[in-house]
Amino acid sequence: MSGAVIEIVQAKGKNRDGEDDALVVGRAVYEHPFVVRLCHWLNTVSLFVMVGSGLQIFRAFPSFGAKIPQKDLLHWPRAFAIGGWLGGALQWHLTFMWIYIATGLFYLGYQLFSGNYRQVLFTHRDIPGVWPMVKHYFFFAPKPPVRDAYNPLQKQAYTTAIGLGVLSVLTGLAVWKPVQFSWLAWMMGGFHYARIWHFAVMWAILFFVLGHLVMVILHGWNNFVSMVTGWKKDPEY
Amino acid sequence: MKNAVRKINESKVDEKKFRQIGRRELLKLTPVLALGAFAVPSLQEGLLKKGLGFSDWASARLFRSGHLAPTFEDAELTPFAEFPINGYDVDDPGVIFETWTLTVSGAVKKPGDYTLAQVQALPRFRQNTRHICVEGWDVIGRFGGARLSDFLQMAGADPTARFITVSCADDYYESLDMATALHPQTLLCYEMYEQPLTRAHGAPLRLQIPTKIGYKQAKYLTDLKVSHVLDRVGYWEDQGYSWFYGL
Repeated sequence: MSGAVIEIVQAKGKNRDGEDDALVVGRAVYEHPFVVRLCHWLNTVSLFVMVGSGLQIFRAFPSFGAKIPQKDLLHWPRAFAIGGWLGGALQWHLTFMWIYIATGLFYLGYQLFSGNYRQVLFTHRDIPGVWPMVKHYFFFAPKPPVRDAYNPLQKQAYTTAIGLGVLSVLTGLAVWKPVQFSWLAWMMGGFHYARIWHFAVMWAILFFVLGHLVMVILHGWNNFVSMVTGWKKDPEY
Repeated sequence: MKNAVRKINESKVDEKKFRQIGRRELLKLTPVLALGAFAVPSLQEGLLKKGLGFSDWASARLFRSGHLAPTFEDAELTPFAEFPINGYDVDDPGVIFETWTLTVSGAVKKPGDYTLAQVQALPRFRQNTRHICVEGWDVIGRFGGARLSDFLQMAGADPTARFITVSCADDYYESLDMATALHPQTLLCYEMYEQPLTRAHGAPLRLQIPTKIGYKQAKYLTDLKVSHVLDRVGYWEDQGYSWFYGL
């Protein structure tokens, strides 16, 4: 179970009474179950491919208005896109979307059935803790005491990111199948708007990723290792 | 995750053992490296083709014969002048209307040359539907024509055949699954905005399929073949696009 705590010891041989003697040199807590770590890294790859190929697809018509006259929104450089041309990018996008969706479903199913979702799900109980964290991060206030793997602001960010992941699939389905999922496209304002939503959700996810990477760098090596091995050495709690 | 706990069933763990556990947990993530196969040049094309094929397979499963594409009010139409003209080669391949026929072959009882008058004698359907280009833009147009299903019935097409292949005056070619060909909104289109189809939009006859992406809707039709096997897929498909691309 996540949350298991151990003490890391250095063996010192036997003491005078013949018992094993050991020096406690650190603590570690099991933060991330295997499935969560596996899905995290699978998703890192597939999200990278989905965004890269998506931007190449966008290059074919970099606009959200009419085709005639066409007003381009932005010219995304080909070097920062995947697939080389529209057809190639569609192959990447329509291949990795299955990996992206399967990983997402596996993750959500695991979190739900294992109960591990409590670690990450933002609920009303986390609301009072949000403001102190915001004050700490942005206005130099003292750090509130750390009690869990994730603080309330982290839970809020991760819960939002997971919601954005779900939205990226739903808006994508509406763009890919605006006839078979016409109800989905209708909810988004039709195909035209579904394409705008799909694009907007991508930027929201990229915004999360940027913040996530900054926080990973700020929180150091032990924190990063915990998403690889599951164990976080010398946690703050 | 229970394993990880069982491995560490005491609350005290030796430093060496802890490093060992870390390495083992790292190795368990090796399945992620399988995705690296997509970075291997010799494997990439085949894998992406498989992925696209899977998407096509799923698309065909998602297609529902009785489900209609959304239709729109006249007020929502894109003005005719703003309806893009998108050909793969030329806007006007110079079809001579006086001698034009649609040559029908394959698994049909009545193969041969069909005139535009024969197509126009079939019940005419007009629909305001959305035309979506693979590039991402979309327009709402008013299209009129005969149902492809009516035409296939007139030609005595084998109902067990699986594919329709078309060839065009500009050397473009395309193919359709039979389910889509028989869909009530799939038209042999000869008018737009209640006017005869213009040359740039595919005169005298084009496919108009609101359940398919734009490049499936071939213009300047000259030949139509009903078949059980697909010997020619489509111009853009041969460049790497999806075959089914149902919307």
